[in-house]
Amino acid sequence: MNPSPLLILLMLSTLLFFIGMYGFLTRRNMIAMLMSLELMLNSVNINFIAFNKYLWPGNIEGLGYTIFIIAIAAAEAAVAIAIIINLFRNTRSIDAEDASQLKN
Amino acid sequence: MMDANLIALLALSAFILISGILTVTTRRLFRAAIWLLFTLIGIAGLYFWMEVEFAAAVQIIVYVGGIVVLIIFSIFLTNQEGIHMPEALGRRKLFGLLAVLAGAGLTCMQIIARTWNNGDGSAYNPSVNKIGHLLVGNTPDSYVLPFELVSILLLAAMIGCIVIAMKSRPDEQ
Repeated sequence: MNPSPLLILLMLSTLLFFIGMYGFLTRRNMIAMLMSLELMLNSVNINFIAFNKYLWPGNIEGLGYTIFIIAIAAAEAAVAIAIIINLFRNTRSIDAEDASQLKN
Repeated sequence: MMDANLIALLALSAFILISGILTVTTRRLFRAAIWLLFTLIGIAGLYFWMEVEFAAAVQIIVYVGGIVVLIIFSIFLTNQEGIHMPEALGRRKLFGLLAVLAGAGLTCMQIIARTWNNGDGSAYNPSVNKIGHLLVGNTPDSYVLPFELVSILLLAAMIGCIVIAMKSRPDEQ
């Protein structure tokens, strides 16, 4: 019996989410952590569109939510990179362990 | 016997997962950015496979054309293009792997154990016309308010980025 496409897509997005989570837990470089975050956001988008297409094909709300998520992810990445560049200017490092000025 | 459609889906999934794993495991930051680029292009291909062409176009424009370029710019601006990132601590790797395997196993078990119904039989037709009516239509169930809020959010983020990344003048320090 062939597996249904929905099952494959859900497994794919689960695995991609946890790959991103592994990167977020092990990386200490802030830009690498941001990349892992993008992987996690993308896996959620796959989930939204797969559910929309295979379970409720009469509506397109899942696609609408995906577009909102992409817009917010773009804003989030831009703000994160501005913070990283400012941090690099102050500490000459983008390692998460070196950003400890607030810890005293 | 599997049909060609399913084989294409499996090949796309394998491509996405392999480049995703390389994104989080390669020790060169610039190569990680390039692997992220391949992952995002693979996901755009997945949207094409699902025949959601609008999402695929948005994915390519915003992620591949915008966010990856922004990440590569920031790698260059922080002089990290040639660095080898140090190997993660063994302890951190072990516990990260444990958490990830436990979470992925639990979620996959839930997905397999559930029976998914096959929708209401109607065709999925995400035309741009329908997307427009969903986002800025004049019916009570359209998403006009979130749409406008997102535009304010983008404006605020843009101004915030400029303020954060702006060099302060020497006489202010």
